[in-house]
Amino acid sequence: MTVSSPSGAAPWLDQNEQQPLVQIKGVTKKYGEVTAVDNVDLDIYQGELFCLLGGSGCGKSTLLRMLAGFEDLNSGSITIDGVDMANVPAYERPTNMMFQSYALFPHMTVEKNVAFGLEQDEVPKFDIADRVHDILKLVELEDFKKRKPKQLSGGQRQRVALARALVKRPKLLLLDEPLAALDKKLRKQTQFELANIQEKVGVTFIVVTHDQEEAMTLSSRMAVMDAGRFQQIGTPTEIYEFPESRFVADFIGSANIFEGRVTEDGADHVRVQTEFCEVYIDHGHSVKVGSKIWVALRPEKIRITKSEEAVTGPNQVSAVIDDIGYLGETSIYKVALPNGDIFDVTRPNQTRPTHAMQQITWEDKVSISWDSSSAMLLNK
Amino acid sequence: MYGNRSRFLTIMLTLGLAFFYIPMILLVIYSFNHSKLVPVWGGWSLRWYSELFQSPEVWQAVSLSLQIAVVNATFATALGTLAGLAMVRFGRFRGRTLFGGMLVAPLVMPEVITGLSLLVFFISLNQLIGWPAERGFATITIAHITFSMAYVAVTIQARLTGMGQTLEEAAADLGAKPFKVLTAITIPQLTPALISGWLLAFTLSLDDLVIASFVTGPGANTLPILIFSRIRLGLRPDINALATIMILVIAICVAIAAIVMFRQQRADMLDRQMAEREEG
Repeated sequence: MTVSSPSGAAPWLDQNEQQPLVQIKGVTKKYGEVTAVDNVDLDIYQGELFCLLGGSGCGKSTLLRMLAGFEDLNSGSITIDGVDMANVPAYERPTNMMFQSYALFPHMTVEKNVAFGLEQDEVPKFDIADRVHDILKLVELEDFKKRKPKQLSGGQRQRVALARALVKRPKLLLLDEPLAALDKKLRKQTQFELANIQEKVGVTFIVVTHDQEEAMTLSSRMAVMDAGRFQQIGTPTEIYEFPESRFVADFIGSANIFEGRVTEDGADHVRVQTEFCEVYIDHGHSVKVGSKIWVALRPEKIRITKSEEAVTGPNQVSAVIDDIGYLGETSIYKVALPNGDIFDVTRPNQTRPTHAMQQITWEDKVSISWDSSSAMLLNK
Repeated sequence: MYGNRSRFLTIMLTLGLAFFYIPMILLVIYSFNHSKLVPVWGGWSLRWYSELFQSPEVWQAVSLSLQIAVVNATFATALGTLAGLAMVRFGRFRGRTLFGGMLVAPLVMPEVITGLSLLVFFISLNQLIGWPAERGFATITIAHITFSMAYVAVTIQARLTGMGQTLEEAAADLGAKPFKVLTAITIPQLTPALISGWLLAFTLSLDDLVIASFVTGPGANTLPILIFSRIRLGLRPDINALATIMILVIAICVAIAAIVMFRQQRADMLDRQMAEREEG
């Protein structure tokens, strides 16, 4: 589902080639006793669509506001395109922001709203008219330019806000929960539109969101934030498939997490003994034999089969169906393990349920299993 | 039971309204009384209205009151707005709490104290620099500005807090310098509060008797001072006529405000309907 950058390049891996557009170094922000952003470092490269993902109060919005110049830093530095932003006020920064509430000027028409930024730069009048026209065409709102914001629907307002922020061709566009105010259906559609527009204009986007699906769909890279710090930075696939901590594994998607002890650590495999079975992983991991570790399993990577007999061996456990939730496209099975743990397992509903078919149902004895590449090891 | 309660409420409402409006209705009726003695009914007449219109004293008082009210409202709105902006938008500056307290002090200060202290102030000022040579228009206006500014500041403060800072941040983000943000975004957003602040200051000035009495000088009678001084010599029918005219003017103003508000609401509703139709 990731929208890759046009060239398919990954500038964050190629550190000698390109200087980062945005360099955040040791940035800390405190409100009285509360530390909102705690000594974070981050490099963002030209053309990226970078998502800051986290729950409310994790510091993501504060970080965005510091980039825009609305908040001072307690320590650290922010550099944009090689220029230290310490003494640059918001109105002189090469950034534009799209606000969560859109912050459209209610006393101005759509056209005037979009032209406002250009007028501040004293762009010639005919040039303003052209650029406003072009950008409104891009967001498909040419016919609405004489309207006032309150005469627009939520989706239209969102596009005006985007147009107003983009028309100045900023080096960096900051988007604060850009889709949060839309209803679910419109939000899904707009996610793709937003990514397409970003590709078209080539501006670097930093998006703040609390919605992990939104972050996965939109971003080239993302940072998971908690308590003012980055828990992990990576591509959506890296974060989903290779989480580094229990927090990330649980925050992005869902995961069954359980404890174990490392019994064997080879170059190309790891064995972990847990309360109910042995977990075998077919790739190397930097772990110590005998150390305590956490294993995480994604619900969709677990198979369920009906079986009356108890199974033994690595990566499989006997279990009993405790509960079933029918969600439409998938069903979620709560299975009880011998030690009392409950695992979530999801299965796509590829066929319509019929009475004739032998269904898995409540209290059935089953065995669950997973591929040796599926289990994820977490050190913290 | 419910019926009893609703009858009780109806009676209370009627009594309440009667308490408010019967005196005013009486006043209006008696303004058309032909008799020279207020409590004695002498038949319908417009006699006191014509006398009123022939009295230069009354017209001078009306004109002075209006001049003071307009100048006062304008200055109080300007100064009150600046004070409100300082309180809400300038963050924490040294002495902010003290400033905030001093700003609202005139709201709770007894008018007699305000009037007296201003009188003392004007007299000492006269001795020091020779101004004001005589008290009247200028001193009353200054006195009114000092207390009505506080009311405006409170109104503006409430509006600024209510509207939040996002629009101003958005303007700054788009490259508007602080002064431009003030003129292009903050002031237009404040317009309703500015209008109501101005009207509040205007009204406060128009019906102030106590403070004006302290700081006025010989010959400078505002309307409340004139009415009060005449009433002291006994109820007079021409004052009833004057009061009736004032009630009429106020009623017209309220009606206009109500119509404007109603139209605004209807326009808003149509806008919302238009937006919703297109969303579907």
